[in-house]
Amino acid sequence: MDKMNLTKHISSQFNEEIEQVRNHVMAMGGLIEQQLADALNAIASSDADLARQVIANDEKVNDWEIKIDHECTRIIAKRQPAASDLRLIMAIIKTISDLERIGDEAERIAKVALESFNSAQQDLLVNLDNMGRHVAQMLHDVLDAFARMDVEAALAVHREDKKVDREYEAITRQLMTYMMEDPRSIPKIMNVLWSARSMERIGDRCKNVAEYIVFLVKGKDVRHSDDEKLEQDARS
Amino acid sequence: MNQDKLTAPPVENELKLSDEKIKLQVNDLKLYYADSLALKSVNMTIPEKRVTAFIGPSGCGKSTLLRCFNRMNDLVDICRIEGQILMDGQNIYDPKIDVAELRRQVGMVFQKPNPFPKSIYENVAYGLRLQGVKDKRILDEVVETSLKGAALWNEVKDRLHDNAFGLSGGQQQRLVIARAIAIEPEVLLLDEPASALDPISTLKIEELIYELKDKYTIVIVTHNMQQAARVSDYTAFMYMGDLIEFDATNKMFTNPSQQQTEDYITGRFG
Repeated sequence: MDKMNLTKHISSQFNEEIEQVRNHVMAMGGLIEQQLADALNAIASSDADLARQVIANDEKVNDWEIKIDHECTRIIAKRQPAASDLRLIMAIIKTISDLERIGDEAERIAKVALESFNSAQQDLLVNLDNMGRHVAQMLHDVLDAFARMDVEAALAVHREDKKVDREYEAITRQLMTYMMEDPRSIPKIMNVLWSARSMERIGDRCKNVAEYIVFLVKGKDVRHSDDEKLEQDARS
Repeated sequence: MNQDKLTAPPVENELKLSDEKIKLQVNDLKLYYADSLALKSVNMTIPEKRVTAFIGPSGCGKSTLLRCFNRMNDLVDICRIEGQILMDGQNIYDPKIDVAELRRQVGMVFQKPNPFPKSIYENVAYGLRLQGVKDKRILDEVVETSLKGAALWNEVKDRLHDNAFGLSGGQQQRLVIARAIAIEPEVLLLDEPASALDPISTLKIEELIYELKDKYTIVIVTHNMQQAARVSDYTAFMYMGDLIEFDATNKMFTNPSQQQTEDYITGRFG
């Protein structure tokens, strides 16, 4: 668990602070996983109450972001973290802002469940659900990689994002076809399209977190580099 | 999953001076060195069993103020003091106060480690012997608990009767702290306790300070602002004999209320 000796400082208080902020990131991640799963379940079972609960819970996600930011600020002010400690704090600050945005996307996805769909439209939601489960798995895996500081797992998530992009294109094409056939459905289907877009964005944000993990563990900034170089950097 | 578990805990209660038990209270304290005013009417409260740090540029009066707490300034001929310092409500500048007893209650550690030219054991036992304790069992026990309290025991337990000068600077400083806590003071004054030490010894002393605050009220003067940030619960910023700002350390180092404090801790002057 503690590959980077994050809790081997002479100062026991510093160890506690680092342990605590990491635990809080994982708790925030757990909440967001739950939010996304609830949003998808709300759509799958047309459960408007569950959808409303997801929308209301977004406030909790926001609270976590503020809380963790506060803790990081305090650690920087009091401990002057260096090297791996500094990378950890930087990675956490960036990660939680992506997590918070994933929370926002989950809220947006939940809103689809507030609409009512006829049976032909229900079929479209099946593909949306598949894509949703796919990004939910990515989110789960990237949080797991963060907890274990596992670069290989992070790289796997990073590769996964391409598949999500293709799924998004496929769904877009399907929805456009449907809208052309039945123009009256456009307002409703546009909502479905937006939520597919949200899922695609969740994939992107998981990919960002995967890049922060590489930065945290390897000290290499792999953002905006092509895939080959990224994998090379991450493994060297 | 349980929804309650997923809720962010509230931002921790910040330390507040008004919630603390007061150990030392400084009332309108003025201190003159001959004709020059070194402390200009300082008012502050030092909370019990907390670490309070004094920061400020050289000559701002922070060491002078620290030395008022055990009347070390009495030793300076030209020094004159007005005002009061109350410890547990009792004015320590009252003529009836026994200064030796006061200094037993308020221990002090200086910048440079100053062990006596004696064995490690005798250094720690010194205060007790002075008090007339002769029972070897009691002495052994106090030496051991004090050295453990100062996080030095494991390093010296096999050579307690070696000369204290054989220890490294960091060890000597911890020995001096062990000597100070052997007589069970209520307050520990630390005047730049780590400024002559290497970074690792410094961190050990800081960790020690953190552990000691369970039992003692600690006041520390430091030139190293980051050290104040790391070890203290409360920080006082002094400038030219004035107390500019005194607040919880977290507040002082993230969002001080005074511009002068901000400028000092961000390295813009001083």
